[in-house]
Amino acid sequence: MARAITSQRKALNTALAWGVGLLIFFPILWTILTSFKTEAQAISDPPVFLFFDWTLENYSVVQQRSDYGRFLWNSIIIAGGSTILGIIIAVPAAWSMAFVPSKRTKDILLWMLSTKMLPAVGVLYPIYLIFIKLGLLDTKTGLVIVLMLINLPIIVWMLYTYFKEIPGEILEAARMDGATLREEVLYILTPMAIPGIASTLLLNVILAWNEAFWTLNLTAAKAAPLTAFIASYSSPEGLFYAKLSAASTMAIAPILILGWFSQKQLVSGLTFGAVK
Amino acid sequence: MATQHSQSADRLTMAPPAPKPESQPAAADHQSGTKHARTAARLMMAPAVILLLGWMLVPLTMTLYFSFKKFLPLRGGDLGWVGFDNYVRFVSSSAFWPSVQATLVIVGGVLAITVVLGVLLATLLNQPMWGRGVVRILVIAPFFVMPTVSALVWKNMFMDPVNGLLAHVWRAFGAEPLVWLTEASTQSIILIVSWQWLPFATLILLTAIQSLDSEQLEAAEMDGAPPVKRFAYITLPHLSRAITVVLLIQTIFLLSIFAEIFVTTQGAFGTKTLTYLIFQRVLESQNIGLGSAGGVYAIILANIVAIFLMRIVGKNLDA
Repeated sequence: MARAITSQRKALNTALAWGVGLLIFFPILWTILTSFKTEAQAISDPPVFLFFDWTLENYSVVQQRSDYGRFLWNSIIIAGGSTILGIIIAVPAAWSMAFVPSKRTKDILLWMLSTKMLPAVGVLYPIYLIFIKLGLLDTKTGLVIVLMLINLPIIVWMLYTYFKEIPGEILEAARMDGATLREEVLYILTPMAIPGIASTLLLNVILAWNEAFWTLNLTAAKAAPLTAFIASYSSPEGLFYAKLSAASTMAIAPILILGWFSQKQLVSGLTFGAVK
Repeated sequence: MATQHSQSADRLTMAPPAPKPESQPAAADHQSGTKHARTAARLMMAPAVILLLGWMLVPLTMTLYFSFKKFLPLRGGDLGWVGFDNYVRFVSSSAFWPSVQATLVIVGGVLAITVVLGVLLATLLNQPMWGRGVVRILVIAPFFVMPTVSALVWKNMFMDPVNGLLAHVWRAFGAEPLVWLTEASTQSIILIVSWQWLPFATLILLTAIQSLDSEQLEAAEMDGAPPVKRFAYITLPHLSRAITVVLLIQTIFLLSIFAEIFVTTQGAFGTKTLTYLIFQRVLESQNIGLGSAGGVYAIILANIVAIFLMRIVGKNLDA
């Protein structure tokens, strides 16, 4: 009897949760479906859901007309480059804060976090001006630097959280055996920290990939990543739903897949360890 | 149970003075005077600290500097010091109060929707069900969609008054389709942004719910507490910290939403937020002094929120 009730409840929960889940996911699903329609089918009335002539034409049109590959390449360089550079700078910092803590460690960590709260629009013109003076406007280098800086606090925090979970005894044992600081970092900490570094990498690639203030304001044609490429569809000509969908699908697909792998790290990474 | 509770309470009050086991070797090093390690540690920290210090101080100083100047790069350049003139003019311009209102309505609306729906959704996802992993993936997905994509997809494929899917739905019910982004512009922006942030709230609240002691809930159930009461007196109080964190982090991000407005209304129809207004002053009308003064206001506003967030995060560092 009790069993019957719980399995009934489970069925109800399942139905409800799947319903809500599909509703939330629907805009993405609809975009993906539309990307395989012809432009005429994309605006047909009533709308067609699954039964249309599937075509890959939009994907090749988007690539040919707008040189999608170049924007994709810019996104990869900017998101990947800023993340890798950030990790190279953050690993030593996080290491020293986790293993040689001082009285000021907490203050430094909190201060780093506070730089993340600086509203971008408040410093838009200074950065713009510096970029013009240094010739960085509309360059990948410039965006790599800016995105590295805005994500550096998150990278340091995430790495710090992971490093702190590495037991100190292991380090002490290594020191007893005469390991130098360099050896300690290279041969003991780094291998143990690889999973933490990997998830930090993942989350920050996602954040940098989707960043849409600096990438829109500091690029024009040359260094524009996918965020700017999609924004160029905001004042289109003629029929474009299917092509917009194809371009959107291509822009979000890599990150959707990466994102699904990083669900767990997302929570502690984005709340700075306040929720685990 | 009671002893467990008092124990954990003890641990909480004891936490700050008691050194943590992991940090003991390092502390011992301090005493035995391995200056080498400490100097090395400082050197290792230096690049990150110096970069962030520069990133913070240089633009901030420049913004402050410009905010006291009449500075129009396209119409005469630097026209000298004007004291607090820009600050007064920014606040007294006719666009200021509407932008404050738009900001409050959008941020408040999104916060209310995402937190309320987030709590409900997290509670639902915590129930036993088939295929929870897949549902979780479906629910989280919008968070990974770049803002320009979600804004454009919503604008064209859903909210377009002729070909949008919502227009089809409206017509199917015999209603006149809404011109979403002009007739209900603020609500439309709130809808788009809520769709993007609901996953974030849900995911964090779900993580928090999963750490809830199920024995407590079972005990309450045995004592005959109905589900609504169990939720109100056990689950909700347990979630209060996570809710606070969601509110604060989202506020900081929502205060600076940009792309969603940039590709939909461009700030028209009452959707010009403070961030968008400053952006227009700086890049569109190239009135740098005025825009910088606005920027300083935005920085102060963000810092007020940030202080509360830092307190929570800081406490967590001690524990």
